[in-house]
Amino acid sequence: MLSFVAQRVVKGVIVLLAIVVLNFFLIRLAPGDPAVVMAGEAGASDQVFVQQLREKFGLDKPLPEQLFIYVKGIATLDLGFSFRQQAPVSKLILERLPATLLLTLTAFAISLALGVLFGTFAARFAGTFLDTAITVFALIFYAMPIFWVALMGILLFSVTVDWLPSFGYETVGANLTGFAHVVDVAKHLIMPAMTLGLFFMATYTRMTRASMLEVKRLDFVKTARAKGLSDAVIQRRHVLRNALLPVVTLAGVHAGTLIGGAVITETVFAWPGIGRLMYDALLQRDYNLLLGVFVTCSVMVLIFNLITDLVYRLVDPRIEFAA
Amino acid sequence: MSKRVLLGLVLACGLTASALAQEPKTGGVINAVIQPEPPGLMLAMIQNGPTQMVSGNIFEGLLRYSPKLEPQPELAESWSVSEDAKTYTFKLRKGVTWHDGKPFTAADVLFSVEMLKQTHARARNNLAQVDKVEAPDDYTVVFTLKQPFGPFLGIFEVGSMPMVPKHLYEGTDFKTNPYNNAPVGTGPFMFKEWQKGSFIRLVKNPNYYEKGKPYIDEIYWQIIPDAAARSVAYETGKVDVLPGGSVENFDVPRLSKLKDTCVTGAGWEFFSPLAWLWLNNRQGPLADKRVRQAIMYAIDRDFAKDVIWNGLGKVATGPSASTIKYYTDDVPKYPYDPAKAKALLKEAGYKGEKIRLLPLAYGETWQRWGEAVKQNLMDVGMNIETISTDVAGGNQKIGDWDYDIAFTYLYQYGDPALGVGRNYVSSAIAKGQVFNNVEGYTNPEIDKLFADGAVATPDSKRKEIYEKAQKILVEDVPVAWMLELQFPTITRCKVKNLITTGIGVNDGFKDAWLDK
Repeated sequence: MLSFVAQRVVKGVIVLLAIVVLNFFLIRLAPGDPAVVMAGEAGASDQVFVQQLREKFGLDKPLPEQLFIYVKGIATLDLGFSFRQQAPVSKLILERLPATLLLTLTAFAISLALGVLFGTFAARFAGTFLDTAITVFALIFYAMPIFWVALMGILLFSVTVDWLPSFGYETVGANLTGFAHVVDVAKHLIMPAMTLGLFFMATYTRMTRASMLEVKRLDFVKTARAKGLSDAVIQRRHVLRNALLPVVTLAGVHAGTLIGGAVITETVFAWPGIGRLMYDALLQRDYNLLLGVFVTCSVMVLIFNLITDLVYRLVDPRIEFAA
Repeated sequence: MSKRVLLGLVLACGLTASALAQEPKTGGVINAVIQPEPPGLMLAMIQNGPTQMVSGNIFEGLLRYSPKLEPQPELAESWSVSEDAKTYTFKLRKGVTWHDGKPFTAADVLFSVEMLKQTHARARNNLAQVDKVEAPDDYTVVFTLKQPFGPFLGIFEVGSMPMVPKHLYEGTDFKTNPYNNAPVGTGPFMFKEWQKGSFIRLVKNPNYYEKGKPYIDEIYWQIIPDAAARSVAYETGKVDVLPGGSVENFDVPRLSKLKDTCVTGAGWEFFSPLAWLWLNNRQGPLADKRVRQAIMYAIDRDFAKDVIWNGLGKVATGPSASTIKYYTDDVPKYPYDPAKAKALLKEAGYKGEKIRLLPLAYGETWQRWGEAVKQNLMDVGMNIETISTDVAGGNQKIGDWDYDIAFTYLYQYGDPALGVGRNYVSSAIAKGQVFNNVEGYTNPEIDKLFADGAVATPDSKRKEIYEKAQKILVEDVPVAWMLELQFPTITRCKVKNLITTGIGVNDGFKDAWLDK
């Protein structure tokens, strides 16, 4: 198993390098650079000013040299400096990481738990009213744009009944500590996490349902039934466990994108996470920050892919670590 | 008790109550919206709108300006001008300290001038006429100009020339100075905390030189990126102040009707934001004056004001906003007249060549305006193609002169020499810049008028020059002037005295108080 992990890590580093180089050039293809954006915002610009900014950002150097400097930095775990925000990129990302992880992991847990639960029920009662009801419910949240669900949630739960706060991570200025702070953050978390979670829930529901129905038809289920096992045990131990493989694959892919995948939710709910950091960096052409977020996301995807492969083994002992 | 006495008592109580209501109360917290999140708070290095709005509380200038743009004391308590209008002497306020306790003196002013020349594009231009700056003593600063410069007293507000602490910046690398992230000024509020993506917290400066001020204990600037969510934050009572431009204009009428809500359009007199369309004078059909005039006739600007801007603002008559000096409306007029526009296009020989329109990527209101203008121009037979980009992409296209028509709005800074001339004189044409003369208009007569206007004395002479310039420009239509924009500030009515100067919310909350 160790050699398997080591091989994957080496491959991962090569993939990461390719991603860095590709992204480096891709974001420079977009028209406009940080100097132009900042000159625009200053309400006054002359060539001296724009040139000064370009020199300050290191944008006056030839592209290969800029790339070399950047890759050299990455090799020493230095993600560079955001001149726009006047702070090291790693600091900016780490500041936002906890909020993003809290939101996306909660949403991930909600979507996975509800998705598998609903999917199991739908498969168990396939063709009945319950099956249709679950499918329709899941698809409604999948079909509606996230920002729309978010705004409707705000309208209902913040404006109309005033149960939940409409924006932010905590009540600003309340200076709560201890348990009161946890409750406060949880209240702020409910709406964004549900919005995001319900969206992804649909895929898990559909996947679990389809996969379970397929497994149910297989011979070993018949054998289990012939052995006289109870329906509950067959469903849980034999059908669900085997049906989960594609769900784990999907969850692995989703988990990797969690860091940067909540841009819209974070924007509507003013959640101070990485998705928003990335979006702002893109609009402002803050190259170093944008690349930094990309690198972080790529690393997460690679890590989660590795974890997914390891989880396969747990779910299905037949899979071996082929080096 | 007779009825009359009772009535008298009631009236007296009422009067006392209303008199008391005018007496500022101390204490309380103001929650305001800031949009977008500023990149930094060091006003001498970053000059975008949000930075100025927050940092106008931390830093100060030598002067502030009344809504009529008359200079008022801030860090300078008095000033005088020599007879030849070339020497300006400022007497500084005594007993002013920086937030770290060090005294503010003339040495700081001298240092700030030198630093701003390197870091602040607008200040560098404003200071171009200054020959030397001297400090005969700790509380006197003398600016000697190369030649008289009419708008000179108008360049000292906090955003145009913020005072920087010499003892923290001298000899350092300005761009990486640690105080950029924890700014130290002389203003009524001190920087306390910035949770990136959430809020910026300022607290009262207990040693502020104006005794009793500021009245407010703390300001939280809340960062809410979505426009609809900002409106909701106000509706649900989470914020008390929506500075101009922080919600979409179509939300303003609805929010204005909420209970205990006060709305004002005041506080933009110094900036006087004026919206127009850059018309690329260099190439294609727009190089012909008649086509540019046709565009003015083709666009229904009253519709834009009434429908897209919900009745806020004023249709522009020319290059100067009506709120700045030497404005005149005695210029050629361009009412909405599609028939005349068609006739002018025909006369100019326009044959349906494609014209690229670049809207401004500043949100819904601007997008709708782009659509309306496109419709107007297509109605008179112009072949318009809308180019969609984000702000950075748009700026790049404008800087590269790669457009035919492009939306913009710019501040005027109170005087034609500061905010108007730069958009029309040929010396301000340079590739790569987002503002100034990006339309490529050249007219030696206009160049001379703006050059003369800046240095002419007395005032009546300047008036004459700028009125003439306005007439010529409106006849030539180098750009298509649209609206004098109004960005209403929405507050709870308990927030009193928020806007007291022509610089508005950008001038800080030093006079504001809460009627709890």
